Amino acid sequence: MKKIFSISIAIVLMFSAFTKSDGNKIPSATVKKLDGSTTNSNTFSNNGKPMIISFWATWCKPCKKELDAINEEYADLQKETGVKLIAISIDDARSSGKVVTDVKVKGWKYEVYIDENQDFKRAMNVNNVPHTFLVDGTGQIVWSHNSYAEGDEEKLFENVRKLAKGEKLTH
Amino acid sequence: MSKKITLRFLLIFTFSLFFNKYNAQTETDLGNIHGNFQIDAANYQRDTIIKADPGSEVFRYNAFGNINYTKGGFSAGARFESYNPPLIGYLPGYRGSGVPYRFARYKHKDIDITVGNFYEQFGSGIALRAYENRGLLYDNALDGMRVIFTPRNGVTLKGLVGKQRTYFSLSPGVVRGIDGEINFMELFDSLLGKSKTKLILGGSFVSKYQQDQDPTIVLPENVGTSAGRLAIIRGGFNFNAEYAYKINDPSYQNKFSYKPGQAIIASTSYGTKGFSIMFAGKMLDNMSFRSDRNATNTIDMINYQPDLSKFHTYSLMAYYPYGTQANGEVGGSCEIQYKVKKGTWLGGKYGMDITVNGSAFYALDTMGINASTDSIKHLKYSTNYGNVGNEFYHDINIEITKKLSKKLKFTMMYANQFLNQSVVQFNTLDKEEHPDVSSHIGVLDITYKYKSNSAIRFETQGFFGSYNYRDSKLDANGVKNSTNNTGSWISELIEWTPSTHWSITIADQYNYNNPIVAKRVHYYFGMLGYVNGPTRISISYGRQRQGIFCAGGVCRFVPASSGLSLSISSSF
Repeated sequence: MKKIFSISIAIVLMFSAFTKSDGNKIPSATVKKLDGSTTNSNTFSNNGKPMIISFWATWCKPCKKELDAINEEYADLQKETGVKLIAISIDDARSSGKVVTDVKVKGWKYEVYIDENQDFKRAMNVNNVPHTFLVDGTGQIVWSHNSYAEGDEEKLFENVRKLAKGEKLTH
Repeated sequence: MSKKITLRFLLIFTFSLFFNKYNAQTETDLGNIHGNFQIDAANYQRDTIIKADPGSEVFRYNAFGNINYTKGGFSAGARFESYNPPLIGYLPGYRGSGVPYRFARYKHKDIDITVGNFYEQFGSGIALRAYENRGLLYDNALDGMRVIFTPRNGVTLKGLVGKQRTYFSLSPGVVRGIDGEINFMELFDSLLGKSKTKLILGGSFVSKYQQDQDPTIVLPENVGTSAGRLAIIRGGFNFNAEYAYKINDPSYQNKFSYKPGQAIIASTSYGTKGFSIMFAGKMLDNMSFRSDRNATNTIDMINYQPDLSKFHTYSLMAYYPYGTQANGEVGGSCEIQYKVKKGTWLGGKYGMDITVNGSAFYALDTMGINASTDSIKHLKYSTNYGNVGNEFYHDINIEITKKLSKKLKFTMMYANQFLNQSVVQFNTLDKEEHPDVSSHIGVLDITYKYKSNSAIRFETQGFFGSYNYRDSKLDANGVKNSTNNTGSWISELIEWTPSTHWSITIADQYNYNNPIVAKRVHYYFGMLGYVNGPTRISISYGRQRQGIFCAGGVCRFVPASSGLSLSISSSF
């Protein structure tokens, strides 16, 4: 068993070195809007402009730091690149009631959905929050990043700008 | 799980990677292969000072990998899992390896069919929630089939049948459920689509079947739970409520009481820019619902009884956490958030966030039914819904976050908590061993961002506890001590993120006034983390204090441990 385990580690390390989450379209899952209606994630679109999809939760401090940091520049970035941010909350019944109050108080201008059954989280292979994805104008997932450290938003902005211009992205 | 199957799985795993590459390069529509994995491994050591003893199995790990294939409306996937043995603090029953999760799903227009394993939630989950939390190793996926039918916009019907996952096998009971939800605004789009008030009604029925093999008592083999729910939303205003009723369901958990179960959960909130207020309340009476009446821990739970206490992320705030009392409780919470405007005296240049939160939970006011009243003695107890019993827990806290400059921001937090730990965490009335805990807890968290992508964070926490043994006598030395009186704690943490890829954390928790002098020890901890895109790797070394983790309405004790840990996670 130990052998198999070490082989699996080796395989996993091998391909983590060369895989990028690219080439995949946004998978299909049912998510809930804040007004209680449902929508399918494969209908997310932004008229050919890039999209940011950010997984967060009301109890996740780094998630809220990241969304706050993006919010400060969001209006300018939208004007410049036409980008749209879709925030997906993974809160369950314990805290899903706080999603709407958090969004209102913070004045986030994002498109917010609740993924209460975590179907979309599973379909997007998210292990932990925050996890942020970039989607290009054709609906392909071209970049992703797990966790948040101060200043990470700069890298995201840089990549959004590159994506809007059709340039290559960096991690 | 034989080695052969495991190897075959790994082969498919490897093959899929090349397939993925090939697919990306040629851009033909062969569908997509994607997935994720996580490995947490630890090499434990014996640490006599904190009484950490890993036994003879010093190397332990939790590992899993998902592979999913998607093409149009079709998707299929599997998860390989391995724990030989699981990390300290996880249920030992998970020892082993296998593919406990695999599914195929097809969605086309108004129909969505899944065969194999799936997760599902009806309403708030009080009737049914098949859920996973990989970090907590909580997984009660159903194995069977599910159909979701959306005959028209605003109407959703669900039907399912299956057996629940129980470690690497399945529960002896069968779960069957139906659920319907109508969103009136979506349904009558032309008439009400423009209406500002949204109304949603839903209802579900869930039943389980388990054979009665008890030679002495008659146990109900089919147990049903019905639930109804309502949501009203208008602008910043939200109201949600759900009521559930369960017929008699004697189980190990409820000490084989035949009393029917009831639950009501409701919340209402109002939010606008800069201000919000939320109230939530619940009453649960004998609503534990499991597909195996003898199951314990987080195993075979069909429903979810949500905990409404605040989800604390600072470790000392969550040192004595609350967990829903599955046999019965009543309580509620309230939270107010206020954002002080920029440019005011308090708000300064960047504004200031204030959150006040309070919650309290009590036992139900119950009375035991004694043997003389024969006809109803099997109910075991009766409940007076007009009153409440002993306090289980309260938590009143205030959190202030303020940015002082582009470089400097801080969070301050204070909490007053009470926990009836004998009942809530250890299911006993023994106050000698498990005294009530009252505490004052403070946190100061400062982040200094010295470059655009480099920062240092300092965190100081203090936990000042007082322990009440009720009628206890002092010991020979004139002090009261027991394993669950740990006195007070202070905690210090420094986290340095020199670049967006790296982080270094050093922390120490000091149990400076434990009543037992020999236990006044430092819990040192160090961690090096690396992040690149979706991949995260961390190595840590140090001591972990004993603690309680609560999930899904069940709290479990995690013993102290000491050693070296490695964690890798990624997705593709």
